[in-house]
Amino acid sequence: MARIITFREAVNEALLQEMERDPKVIAMGEDVIGGSGAKGEMDAWGGPFGFTKGLYGKFGDRIMDTPITESAFIGAAVGAAVCGMRPVAELMYIDFMGVCFDQIFNQAAKFKYMFGGKAETPVVIRTSIGAGLRAASHHSQSLYPIFTHIPGLKVVVPSSPYEAKGLLIQAVRDNDPVIFCEHKSLHYIQEDVPEGSYAIPFGEANIVRDGGDVTIVAFGLMVQKSMEAASKLAKEGIQCEVIDPRTTSPLDLETIVESVEKTGYLVVVDESNPRCSMAADISAQVSDQAFGSLRGPVKMVTAPHCPPPFSDVLEDLYIPSPNKITEAIRSLK
Amino acid sequence: MNLNETQLLQAYRKMRQIRAFEDRVHEEFATGEIPGFVHLYAGEEASAVGFCMHLTDEDRIASTHRGHGHCIAKGVEINGMMSEIYGRRNGICAGKGGSMHIADLEKGMMGANGIVGAGPPLICGAGLAAKFQKNGAVAVAFVGDGASNQGTTMESLNLASVWNLPCIFVAENNGYAEATSSTWSVSCENIADRAAAFGMPGVVVDGHDFFAVYEVAGEAIKRAREGGGPSLIECKLNRFYGHFEGDAQKYRLKDEVKNLKQSNDCLKKFADKVLDQGLLNKKHLAEIDELVAEEIDFAVNHAKSSEKPNSADLLTDVYVNYP
Ligand SMILES: Cc1ncc(C[n+]2csc(CCOP(=O)(O)OP(=O)(O)O)c2C)c(N)n1
Ligand SMILES: [Mg+2]
Repeated sequence: MARIITFREAVNEALLQEMERDPKVIAMGEDVIGGSGAKGEMDAWGGPFGFTKGLYGKFGDRIMDTPITESAFIGAAVGAAVCGMRPVAELMYIDFMGVCFDQIFNQAAKFKYMFGGKAETPVVIRTSIGAGLRAASHHSQSLYPIFTHIPGLKVVVPSSPYEAKGLLIQAVRDNDPVIFCEHKSLHYIQEDVPEGSYAIPFGEANIVRDGGDVTIVAFGLMVQKSMEAASKLAKEGIQCEVIDPRTTSPLDLETIVESVEKTGYLVVVDESNPRCSMAADISAQVSDQAFGSLRGPVKMVTAPHCPPPFSDVLEDLYIPSPNKITEAIRSLK
Repeated sequence: MNLNETQLLQAYRKMRQIRAFEDRVHEEFATGEIPGFVHLYAGEEASAVGFCMHLTDEDRIASTHRGHGHCIAKGVEINGMMSEIYGRRNGICAGKGGSMHIADLEKGMMGANGIVGAGPPLICGAGLAAKFQKNGAVAVAFVGDGASNQGTTMESLNLASVWNLPCIFVAENNGYAEATSSTWSVSCENIADRAAAFGMPGVVVDGHDFFAVYEVAGEAIKRAREGGGPSLIECKLNRFYGHFEGDAQKYRLKDEVKNLKQSNDCLKKFADKVLDQGLLNKKHLAEIDELVAEEIDFAVNHAKSSEKPNSADLLTDVYVNYP
């Protein structure tokens, strides 16, 4: 029987199941409980988006509120991970990474290599990404390419509730540092998600839709937008194959290349700014490995090279839309 | 207290403007017409106005996500602010920033900020610039109790002290950072106690009392202007709305805000005092209330009837110059 839950509930369930399974899993972040020291209710927020609601009631001290001090608590999560714990830290918005980036990219990412293979840092940093909430330049970016650039970090960009649950469970069990990017416009979408625990392996792309005419590679929310575009184009007789790589690092290039060998065309849809983005990265790698199969230029559909704007009209232009995706594909045919 | 009638009227007018602005934004937000994230400053007016009354346009302030009050106190124009909050092209930031990024550099307002704790380092820079420019200007960073725990804030306190900068750090302790109590998140009794560790004066002041804030602010600003270095001042105050518009506030007791509005409203306290002491009369205050209500009404109607940005605006102003 189908069990329809939201993305938010799927993440909550993954955390709950992993905390039940392994006492080494602990959670922390700003207001992941909410109400600490206050006179009203505890678990008043359960996270700024309610993703950790109820964990305090079940696990007590294993979930911790933090002062606003990202450098210290993200660093503490990293440090605890090297010392045998499995922390899941919440960095409310990926835009705040500027405050704590050193602990992630110089510390967590490099311990294993710098220490000659001796250290393991099984930390998960959950964070929200994406525009669409009219939240302006400091709360709307999709900065996962910056993390993808760093050797030693694994980066996950789930596209649906089912994906989020399985990928987060894998993230918690994974022995490398993982940046887990939850798109804000996905929080309330619903789908059938199994109640039992399951892990989706990293580096294995999901072919969301089969098609022989053009390959679309998309991440997170952009998978949903690409599916909309693909349905529209199907009515015009263009069959798109939509690939969700699930993780930007590791990246399942093989599945992408195989598809391009079949279709001859590639469109990469990425909500990040275009320079040094996943779109640019995948375009380059496919050109390198499957140039002979390409029958047209690789198209990138991305946000423009500007910060996310506040005004609704501008933000709607900023976010890649199904229309822009169909336009890019039509321009190839 | 050395405030003359004009100054008293000005202080009341600014505080009333902030209150009316915020109360109205609260109402309008509920209709769904205002997009994005909005954090209201109602209840904290005495802090912004108590400090900014001592400042000129050459003096700089840095604000927070809860920035409307600081903007109004620093003289940012209300119609431009309201249009910005509505995302209009004639907004003070052309509709690109919104509530969390209102700035007006000509007024010495270096911006509200979406990043908690981003203001203090910038204010060290403003203090440094003033030192080089020898214009006698000072720089004031407003931070919340939550932001007072941020590394950027602590580092800035140290830097300002080491460089002897004309900076004032104002910790507005409204009891909460989002849903977390400052009694829990701040490791010492008072935020101002931390000043000692950074070799600067630290003062706690009742942030509901405009006159107390005004006096303490005046001393710190004078000291900074004269080359005496930075200070940390903690205003203990309260916010009358949720952390953001839409916050159910379950971390608060049911009647907490109602009681606070009765016992700790800085505008009521101001009015009681000036009327009691015969410094102003009821008519003065009523006239301001009426005038301000009209100003806010105008600002909202003006914003609602203003144009939104157009597609050509998306890519402007990313750089000064980009070939
Ligand atoms: C670096 C960073 N961390 C977290 C946040 C999310 N956030 C926005 S406001 C806020 C609470 C700030 O509390 P405080 O400094 O006391 O200011 P107040 O809201 O009470 O005015 C938090 C955690 C943020 N915007 N930036
Ligand atoms: Mg606060």
